Amino acid sequence: MSVDLGLSPDQESIAELFNGFFSNEAPPAVARAAEPLGFDRELWNKVIELGAPGMGCAVENGGGGASLGDLVVVAETVGRSIAPIPLIDHLAALSVLTDADLVAGEAIAAVAVRPADANGHWSLVPAGAVADVVIGVDGDETVVVRSTPPMSGPRNHGSMPLADRSAREGTRTVLGPASLFEVVLDRWKLLTAAALVGIAETAKELGVAYVKEREQFGVPVGSFQAVQHGLADLPVAIDGGRLLTHKAAWALDNVTDGLIDWANNEITDGSTLATMAFLFAADGAVMATDRSLHYHGGYGFAEEYDIQMYYRRARGWSLILGDSTSVGLSLADRLFGTVEG
Amino acid sequence: MDFALSSDVVEFRDEIRSIIREFVTPEIADRMHTTGVFDAPELNLELGRRGILERACPGLGKGDPIEMYVMFNELEKAGAPYDGLAVALMIAAVVNKLGTDEQKERIIPSIISGEALVCMGYSEADFGSDLASIKTRAVKDGDEWVINGSKMWTTLAQVAEWLILLTRTDLDLPKHKGLTMFMLPMNTPGITVEPVHTLGTEITNATWYDDVRVGDEAVLGDENGGWRTMTTVLAFERGVMGGTNAGVPLLRHFHEWAVANGVFDEPTTRERMARSIIDMQVATLLTMRSAWIAASGGMPGLEGSMTKVFAVEAYQRASRWTQAAAGPAGLLQFHEEGAAGEGFIEYDARHSPVMSIYGGTTEINRNNIAERHLGLPKSR
Repeated sequence: MSVDLGLSPDQESIAELFNGFFSNEAPPAVARAAEPLGFDRELWNKVIELGAPGMGCAVENGGGGASLGDLVVVAETVGRSIAPIPLIDHLAALSVLTDADLVAGEAIAAVAVRPADANGHWSLVPAGAVADVVIGVDGDETVVVRSTPPMSGPRNHGSMPLADRSAREGTRTVLGPASLFEVVLDRWKLLTAAALVGIAETAKELGVAYVKEREQFGVPVGSFQAVQHGLADLPVAIDGGRLLTHKAAWALDNVTDGLIDWANNEITDGSTLATMAFLFAADGAVMATDRSLHYHGGYGFAEEYDIQMYYRRARGWSLILGDSTSVGLSLADRLFGTVEG
Repeated sequence: MDFALSSDVVEFRDEIRSIIREFVTPEIADRMHTTGVFDAPELNLELGRRGILERACPGLGKGDPIEMYVMFNELEKAGAPYDGLAVALMIAAVVNKLGTDEQKERIIPSIISGEALVCMGYSEADFGSDLASIKTRAVKDGDEWVINGSKMWTTLAQVAEWLILLTRTDLDLPKHKGLTMFMLPMNTPGITVEPVHTLGTEITNATWYDDVRVGDEAVLGDENGGWRTMTTVLAFERGVMGGTNAGVPLLRHFHEWAVANGVFDEPTTRERMARSIIDMQVATLLTMRSAWIAASGGMPGLEGSMTKVFAVEAYQRASRWTQAAAGPAGLLQFHEEGAAGEGFIEYDARHSPVMSIYGGTTEINRNNIAERHLGLPKSR
């Protein structure tokens, strides 16, 4: 045990494999063609061949036995390519599910990130439009429901396959108390954070490439200091988000009884760190896509340019959990305890 | 990735913490703000006595950048006066790397024992960010050098034993190439120190050099190699000697006050606090990254720029919202009854602006990031 903030050789290989896979199989045109539903079955079938759907499951369950740090690396590549497949949701759901068809990726799992209402109704479940299995909270229980996916849903900002799902209709299994779901939600926040870091990374690359190319007043617009300084904040937010996300993964994998000693800036509790990473990466992705789109000038506003797809997903993938104030306050409860009364 | 400190470093950190508990008392903090000297000689001496300064100094002892990061991070989080220590250790490392054997023997022991401080004569009245244009002259006269000119922001000059001084020695060479660095005792005749009072309680100085005579033994590094010496200094700092977690004690002070006054249940305050805590965690991770890069044999210059931009602005944001949230109590100064955070909320609002100015402004750092990390064309 000692500080090592680099990817392991295995993780370097994973990053290379998945970045290569997505740039070949899921260039931006694929995400564009999959709109508005935001799902490409053919791409999902290809990602099954990589063993991705079950890679986080235990080897004895037919999975790949990957660590959370490994999954974070994969999730970032999903964000970089905005690949229209629900891999983040699926990997998060499989933190507790071990059904063979899910591990193999033949069936898709989604996470109902907000609890069901009194009628057992999960609203706007991410990947809910395409998932065969949904895991979430209904009352004081964590339940898993198998039912036929609607394969359609409300058109939305992030072109995400959202849909309302029932927590009671279909084949319902009670997994345990509601608290069991925390593991799933922590993993969903963690992997979404990593994906948002990936979105920010591509937004940065698109913006930088554009301002180097585009000339006004006879010089590249990237030579103007006002533009440079706006872009200079992006790698900082990206690197900070990546480090925090990896720290959360490390803590969830390795630390029991972690610290929440914010007064001395010593935080090693994985669940707390996952929420922190989620909030920070969401802000970073929103800022990066905002600025990158802006420095594209009018073309950034044109549908033809890819930055607008990243801009919408930066907001879509994060806001689906809830408004950012509520998420911020849930972190506050964790850090300072809940407010009495 | 692995975020756990090795057992050696944990032991080291615990020793630092126990020293902090003993030596960084409220009286020390009070004295630092009353005298304007951000240094605690008793703390330095204890760190020296226990061999910690030698151990942490790059190139000496263990010289583990992770330990250096841990030491300064602990001092900063505790609100300890560590500015003097940071400069002294950084310069000791430079003397160790570039100095002659005679210089090493004469200078280093006084620093790593915790007895001597160093002040830095780099900036001048007319040259801050554009440091390579400085005008203070050193002219060879027989076996001696004669130095004339003046420096600004020579912090701790009133208490330091040593001065590291950037001078121009050749007017014909391009501006970066005609510079020479000197390291001389502050009691050398011809040096005058005038205090400059600042917004943030710290007293810095303007210093004047009138026919200051030194021999070749005072040249640190090569003649006309001053810029290299300068960049060596910055490389040793690596952004890991504090300056990235100043918001931690601020948030602690604010929280104590807000809880005691029954205003901490306000959702807006709780959310802002939570977000500032995220910022502090990110700032320390970025700092730790620089230390890790240095520990792995790399040069984290650019990463230091990135860390500084983020950490400083995070601290400034925290200072702004905590003072606004405290209202009138956030206006009251140290020792005034009812002052929020015992006066620290007001103090941090005065201290935080300097952080985006000294040691490389945020604009210079953003230029570095834009040009060297993003590969954008030079803008000036």
